[in-house]
Amino acid sequence: MSRTQKRKLFDKLFAGILLSTLLICIAILVWLILGLIGPGLKYIIKPSFYLNNPSVLDPENSGILGPLIGTILLVFVAAIIIIPIGIGTALFLEEFINKNSTVYKTIDLSISNLAGVPAIIYGLLGASFFGLLNNSLKASLLAGGIILGVMIIPTVIVTAQESIKSVPTSLQEAAYGLGMTKWQVMKAVVIPYALPGMITGIILALSRAMGEAAPLIALGAATSANFIPNLTSRYAAMPLIIYSWTANPNQETFLPMASAAIIVLLFFLIILNSIAAYLRNKYSTRL
Amino acid sequence: MNKYFAERLVKFVLFLLSSISIIISILLVLFLFKETIPFFQKVSPLHFLSETIWSPNSSPALYGVLPLVVGTFMIVIVSIIVAIPLGLGSAIYLSEYASRKARSILKPILEILAGIPSVVYGFFAINFISPLIQNAFPGTPLTNNLVAGLAVGIMITPLIASMSEDALSAVPTRMAEASFGLGATKFETVVKVLVPSALSGIVASFILAVSRAIGETMIVTIAAGSSNTLTFNPLNSLQTMTGYIANTSRGEAAVGSIGFQTLFAVALLLFVFTFIFNFIAKRITKKYRLRYN
Repeated sequence: MSRTQKRKLFDKLFAGILLSTLLICIAILVWLILGLIGPGLKYIIKPSFYLNNPSVLDPENSGILGPLIGTILLVFVAAIIIIPIGIGTALFLEEFINKNSTVYKTIDLSISNLAGVPAIIYGLLGASFFGLLNNSLKASLLAGGIILGVMIIPTVIVTAQESIKSVPTSLQEAAYGLGMTKWQVMKAVVIPYALPGMITGIILALSRAMGEAAPLIALGAATSANFIPNLTSRYAAMPLIIYSWTANPNQETFLPMASAAIIVLLFFLIILNSIAAYLRNKYSTRL
Repeated sequence: MNKYFAERLVKFVLFLLSSISIIISILLVLFLFKETIPFFQKVSPLHFLSETIWSPNSSPALYGVLPLVVGTFMIVIVSIIVAIPLGLGSAIYLSEYASRKARSILKPILEILAGIPSVVYGFFAINFISPLIQNAFPGTPLTNNLVAGLAVGIMITPLIASMSEDALSAVPTRMAEASFGLGATKFETVVKVLVPSALSGIVASFILAVSRAIGETMIVTIAAGSSNTLTFNPLNSLQTMTGYIANTSRGEAAVGSIGFQTLFAVALLLFVFTFIFNFIAKRITKKYRLRYN
């Protein structure tokens, strides 16, 4: 074999190895999904799984009603936190302040540091903070939602900043040329133009919050509360009940339930991500 | 109300909203120290950092954090051994080999992997990976370092893949074209031109992945076990810093007790580790951005 042939063979081999790394990732995903559907199907098709609360005493008739409502309320609270803070901060940083100023640099530095803090530390921060106010408050749904919101603030700010940066300068200059003030330009040009990008970022961040269990555990959340929560009560959430069922030693009973709960959670995440992808594709081709 | 007053009001409100990030950062550090200082009044920092027995519930309680730190880094090592080849291989394939159509199918798959909650990876680890390990090495406990490390590795693979792909795409096309023009094969171009040119970005992705693995909680809580023994055997059960915090919080340490303060001492150490790795990654990324812009 000539040297050139050898080099070409090597080239093909390398391409094959690279492709196989991707195929391994795909295989893992397929393995996970099939492995979930197998045992989980029994519960997925059972109406009582969606209408009942979790119960350790009667696993056969257990359901995910409480945790599902808990997760929806948590995401709702987190959304209320991050929408004003995320969009407001991004607007302030991109449009109202000089990028070389100390204020800009301080805010920017704290955002990038907060982005790297492990989720569980946010939970401990919440436990200490809310514990200071009222000891029962820290295990309440409100505290959980606030901490999940705090955890995703950096992601929301950064994606909102990116979408504000993508607003063409020419549009803004035209608006200023008409004699508009800064806030008028924001309202008429920047916010409408950047909104789809901002919403995409918010949805993606919320979908991360939806699957997060660690900070809630650090807050002392009940992992298997068997009632429908409200804002000030204790609560269970989908990732918490999945954890509780996965960690239960009686896997014969609880593995199918955990599988079914995971399928429901993944279903919600896929819907959120599809909405985000749809918005991104629809508006990214505008100009 | 004239419009200039409204302008200033808006600016002020937006400033208040922006300052929340600073306030959270300050609160974070403040509360970590608030709970940690009383801990270090009872336990000397030297004892904490150098002793090899972690047994906060025995009497006398022993607070040598090393088993938790070693546990954390054992998980990091296993996970990074899995994630570097998978992530970097995927990144090179996506950015240099895949057709546009293949990319549009393959990339979302990595994004799905990235979006799977860590508690689901924990489920995957203990129910799917663990039986394989127990088959291969009979007598291995259900929860162990290898099982959790493999799952953490799968979890951080998409992070390495997407960051490395960005770094590879940032290398100007003319460099690859020059290499092809000299008669190099694609393999030679990737290994000798593209990867070295994107190296800082690739390395930054590895370091960020390490930081993510250090902070990963649910997988290790479910699949690594809760043994506090100092061990270097990848088939043993172990406990990481995050796993300790999660396992102990679940038992509801009362606010203000030494148990509660212990959580914060471990959290402070965890914070320091992730901060250092994030800082290094940020410095490296900054450097490589400067090179091509």
